[in-house]
Amino acid sequence: MQVLVFIDHVDGHIKKASLEAASYGAKIAEQTGGTAEAVVLGNPADIDSLGKQGIKKLYQLQHDNLQAIDSQVYTKILEQVVQKAGSQVIVFSNNSTGKAIAPRLAVRLQAGLVSGAVALPDTSNGFTVRKNVFSGKAFAQVSVTSDIKIIALNPNSFSITEGDGATEIVPFEATVDAPKIKVTGSTKTSGKVALTEADVVVSAGRGLKGPENWKMVEELADLLGAALACSRPVADANWRPHNEHVGQTGIAIAPNLYIAIGISGAIQHLAGVNRSKVIVVVNKDAEAPFFKAADYGIVGDAFEVVPKIIDAVKKIKGIS
Amino acid sequence: MKILVCISKTPDTTAKIAFTDNNTKFAEAGVQWILNPYDEWYALVRAIELKEKDASSVIHLVNVGGTDAEPIIRKALALGGDEAIRINVTPTDPFTVATQLAEVAKQGGYDLILTGKETIDYNNGSVGGMLAEMLDIPYVALATNLQIDGTTATVKREIEGGEETVEVSLPIVISAQKGMAEARIPNMRGIMAARSKPLKVVEPVQVEPLAKAVEFGLPPAKAGVKLVSPDNVEELVRLLHEEARII
Ligand SMILES: Cc1cc2nc3c(=O)[nH]c(=O)nc-3n(C[C@H](O)[C@H](O)[C@H](O)COP(=O)(O)OP(=O)(O)OC[C@H]3O[C@@H](n4cnc5c(N)ncnc54)[C@H](O)[C@@H]3O)c2cc1C
Repeated sequence: MQVLVFIDHVDGHIKKASLEAASYGAKIAEQTGGTAEAVVLGNPADIDSLGKQGIKKLYQLQHDNLQAIDSQVYTKILEQVVQKAGSQVIVFSNNSTGKAIAPRLAVRLQAGLVSGAVALPDTSNGFTVRKNVFSGKAFAQVSVTSDIKIIALNPNSFSITEGDGATEIVPFEATVDAPKIKVTGSTKTSGKVALTEADVVVSAGRGLKGPENWKMVEELADLLGAALACSRPVADANWRPHNEHVGQTGIAIAPNLYIAIGISGAIQHLAGVNRSKVIVVVNKDAEAPFFKAADYGIVGDAFEVVPKIIDAVKKIKGIS
Repeated sequence: MKILVCISKTPDTTAKIAFTDNNTKFAEAGVQWILNPYDEWYALVRAIELKEKDASSVIHLVNVGGTDAEPIIRKALALGGDEAIRINVTPTDPFTVATQLAEVAKQGGYDLILTGKETIDYNNGSVGGMLAEMLDIPYVALATNLQIDGTTATVKREIEGGEETVEVSLPIVISAQKGMAEARIPNMRGIMAARSKPLKVVEPVQVEPLAKAVEFGLPPAKAGVKLVSPDNVEELVRLLHEEARII
């Protein structure tokens, strides 16, 4: 099948989630005997290297009207690319940009959409894709019956491939509408790493007693290059910004390592984090439900244990 | 201002997740149903706050669902919706739901349409974007703040690693999440008033899904926790380094 991957970028670089989407799209093309192509709106520095992820051709469009991500404008451009390329499967990352554009494009192309995909499509009998449901408590196989299929791949669900292919960059001309959305400002969150893209997440809950005690959590996160997260009551009490709130009614994440400090592990919290590959729990209550969902655990006081973890990590990393 | 809030019914967050009919259906027996938290806490409450600032505003609620959705619709009316429309069909997938909503939205001539960022059961987060496309109006997803000044909306939206402030003219569709408003509890007056507020039932249009969940499953259980003594924290870091290979 002909595959088209939407490449999202920020600050002049392709987002990690889009490299995952590219690797995923290339694999679908390989499995179904098609070509993997991609489209980028803008000019991030690293587009040449998309060949490594298996992208054979990259349609590139640059235009003054693309500064703000206006889903209406982007959708109309992508429709033109799909028509030109004859794409049958379109892959987005299910990140903030994908969530804004993929549903619109699905309507425009009358294409079935699987949002939140976590595995490659199964084409043995029709076209079905596995996605998370009930905030990670279960999964569903979604069958797509339209000619064109759109998949929005959850971040951290597919490994980035590093091959040695090359990508041909093809400039693309399209009708570009004037955006109706104007960006007037932006702010970065406290952590250095975006929560949904992070490999490692350090998270803390009400067990930390107050916002003044987050220094050790931040230090550990810094050491591990991790993003910060928190439980809902912590965000509700304004100890931490709301965009760090993970769980069923916050952000759902699937990092390689999730470290939960002073979090009880309520069902609603677990729902958003239980897809993490390895979970480490530090809690002074041996009965805390989180231990049932954990891979490694320490029953102990966070105020004693976390500084020790920091020291041990420094030691292993050769930092004194 | 005319506001439409799209509301859906979801299982309670503590509901047991299980499937029946050869794993093709969510097992509804014994499940408590709630108003989807994103729709209630953020979309609806923000609409109510906007109405409190501008009393000439009206809030319409719309739900795609059977009679079983009426309790959650009444709750939304008790919180502060003015009237509700129920489109009488069981929801199956975002595309058909958005198609039904678009019919109501087109007839109502709304300035602002709010949805939650996703439902907590199927986690699609697609209805808002699909609806906006069907209406051919702008869509701002994952909004954490919304201010309206005349016909201009100023919206904060989540982007990876931060937030962006955007300006856009009405009419628009917005999907709401945490930050947008503070959850409220309906009061006695609201509950009494909700009983007599209009709840109109309309019949659905004909539409077929393009993608549909055909089978469900549960993730494999964890192998069990490996406990490390608090006096031997270096062992934990060693395990993460050597066994799990992540540090
Ligand atoms: C509809 C609904 C939706 C919800 N959505 C979410 C959601 O998305 N995300 C979410 O997180 N929650 C959510 N919740 C809330 C959830 O039910 C829990 O209340 C919440 O997760 C508890 O947060 P916590 O673990 O930080 O606090 P607590 O439950 O107070 O737990 C604190 C933990 O810290 C431990 N502790 C205390 N002191 C120390 C110490 N010195 N060292 C080590 N450990 C210590 C305690 O043993 C305890 O286990 C939701 C609830 C509802 C009803």
